[in-house]
Amino acid sequence: MDHKYEDAFRVALQIDDVDLQDLKYRDSGWDSVAHMVLMSEIENAFDIMLDTDDVIDFSSFEKGKEILRKYDVEI
Amino acid sequence: MTSKSRLLEDKVALITGSSRGIGRSIVECFASEGATVYANCRTDGSFDTIARELSKLHEVEVIPLYYDVTDSILTKEAFSRIMKERRRLDILVNNAGIMEDALIGMISDELMHRIFNTNVFAVINHLQLAARLMKRGKSGSIINLSSVVGIRGVAGQLVYSASKGAVATLTRSASKELASDNIRVNAIAPGIIGTDLLEVLDDSLLAKRKTSIGFGRFGTPAEIADSALFLASDLSKYITGQILGVDGGVVI
Repeated sequence: MDHKYEDAFRVALQIDDVDLQDLKYRDSGWDSVAHMVLMSEIENAFDIMLDTDDVIDFSSFEKGKEILRKYDVEI
Repeated sequence: MTSKSRLLEDKVALITGSSRGIGRSIVECFASEGATVYANCRTDGSFDTIARELSKLHEVEVIPLYYDVTDSILTKEAFSRIMKERRRLDILVNNAGIMEDALIGMISDELMHRIFNTNVFAVINHLQLAARLMKRGKSGSIINLSSVVGIRGVAGQLVYSASKGAVATLTRSASKELASDNIRVNAIAPGIIGTDLLEVLDDSLLAKRKTSIGFGRFGTPAEIADSALFLASDLSKYITGQILGVDGGVVI
């Protein structure tokens, strides 16, 4: 199974033992600086460029999955 | 024929407002220095022939990108294309701009919005999309076109000068925020440059304007392009947050 989405979070936020399913913006070091790193990791992983509005709306692990569907990325 | 050592070899640049004047000179200059240039213009097909000629002459790729810089969807598509084709962006020149005069008391809402949409909001939009690509490579140079009137002000151009003043300020702020990613952000503040924007002025007014310039002549688009080359290249690798006046000693 492909773990690119989860790996992007682990690399960007430098976290290992965190339950990603419930992860939200402002949790576990997910601050505004880490957010831009996360967006870059996700764009690289899936070869997409997110709209600025989607970068702003990307507020949780689950919300991110919903946003990525717009880019034909199914997690 | 290409020179042996070119200042922008292997660099990828996006230049807005490339069809004429300063923008076109910057495209020509950057291509001659070895850059791959994405040249933004508004009118479909208008730059195809020039792009082909420059590509052949300088043995580089000059690629027209046709879109209105105030259209955020098309702008984002342009950046997506650059990312897919090059995987990087090294240089952004925010050159596209409009200049219109209006005396106080005759400034319409429409004029304010139109000038700020192009001269400020589109610049911010391009800057933040470029920064996202440049952060990946931990390097980049963003060059914004301000104006001498944006620094010193001028009668009859309240809206235009305010928009160019905003460009100067956003340049300084962006330079502070992006320095940790090794992205440099600078602006050029041209004086009076001999482009077709001046063609609307009559000869007596042009002569009067020249007397206000220390060098006694208008600047040329090529002289602004040389400044952009300096800010784009490693010659200025320790320079950020600066507003470079290129004005021949004009007094306003």
